[in-house]
Amino acid sequence: MMRTQEQTIDEILDLAARHFKVPRHKIGPDDDFFKTLKIDSLQALDLLTRLEQYFQIELPDYELQGVSDFRTLAGRIQARL
Amino acid sequence: MKDFHGQALSWDIANGVIELGLHRDPCNEIGTLALDELEKFCRALEHLQHHAHALIVYSELKCGFCAGADLRELYERSSSMEKTAAAQGVRDFLERIHRVMNVIDAAPLTTIAAVHGVVFGGGFELALVCDLIIADKMARFCFPELRLGLIPGFGGIPRLKRDLGNAVVRDLLLTGRSFNAAKAQQIGLVSQLVGEGEALRVARGTAEQLGKFDRRTAIAAKEFIKPLPYEELKREIDIFCDLFSHPAVQAGLKKFVESTEAQPYLP
Repeated sequence: MMRTQEQTIDEILDLAARHFKVPRHKIGPDDDFFKTLKIDSLQALDLLTRLEQYFQIELPDYELQGVSDFRTLAGRIQARL
Repeated sequence: MKDFHGQALSWDIANGVIELGLHRDPCNEIGTLALDELEKFCRALEHLQHHAHALIVYSELKCGFCAGADLRELYERSSSMEKTAAAQGVRDFLERIHRVMNVIDAAPLTTIAAVHGVVFGGGFELALVCDLIIADKMARFCFPELRLGLIPGFGGIPRLKRDLGNAVVRDLLLTGRSFNAAKAQQIGLVSQLVGEGEALRVARGTAEQLGKFDRRTAIAAKEFIKPLPYEELKREIDIFCDLFSHPAVQAGLKKFVESTEAQPYLP
């Protein structure tokens, strides 16, 4: 069954919170993931790889140009599911 | 020199396996210091290769294998020099790094790149000179040079073309996108995909296995299957130097070096 965008957002938030050891309740869909996860661009690539593995997709990094919130990120992923 | 511990890299040899470890912060960028030590390694390899059947290249840093050329050094040096001198400096550097890459590429022993994390630009090119690439599943590969108005300059295009189909090469080169290790294995670049933190251990196991084969046979097989694309490598240097003379490249380097954006590694 196709995931809804809200499910995709939740799964991204769960994965990000778990991997970067941030309390899940402290991050939300519209948060800037660079700021809330306290990550740099190299760690963002690490997150991208984990998301590709989790959702079993390929997401070219140029699609993340200018993207910094979880909701938009989820939209990019949703388009490839 | 059986072992060495430098500022950018170290090597030692045990049980017929040479291990070359990269450890220059922030992410093993290849500038003049790393190049000096790589040249030192190549001189030592002339002796070491008589006592070894395998070479493993790996990174000791958490960030990854290698983030490529030292763009900060390239920008600072070239912007402080007169244009002709800067162009000649770039050509000299490229000719030196090509000699290093060619020595490792054609070395009469089996070479393994054990990679993790960032394998970008010149780091990708260093992995490409090796006979086998064993990749941590979190490794990420990329040729980002077009973002700066350049092409890869350490022999990447001819080697990628030698090893993969031209359509795949065009995709990686012209989009400048990064791709993960699973994709790299799917396109035939990575020979073994392993769990997080396992690349070096698996490379050591592979190197041990290689030691069971007759060395002359292994050398003959490698010479037969892995020719060096000398003409294309020379042409790559010419194209790179021509592109480097364009003002847009200096502007691109300046922007990258001075960037405080959170995403300098994204295209």
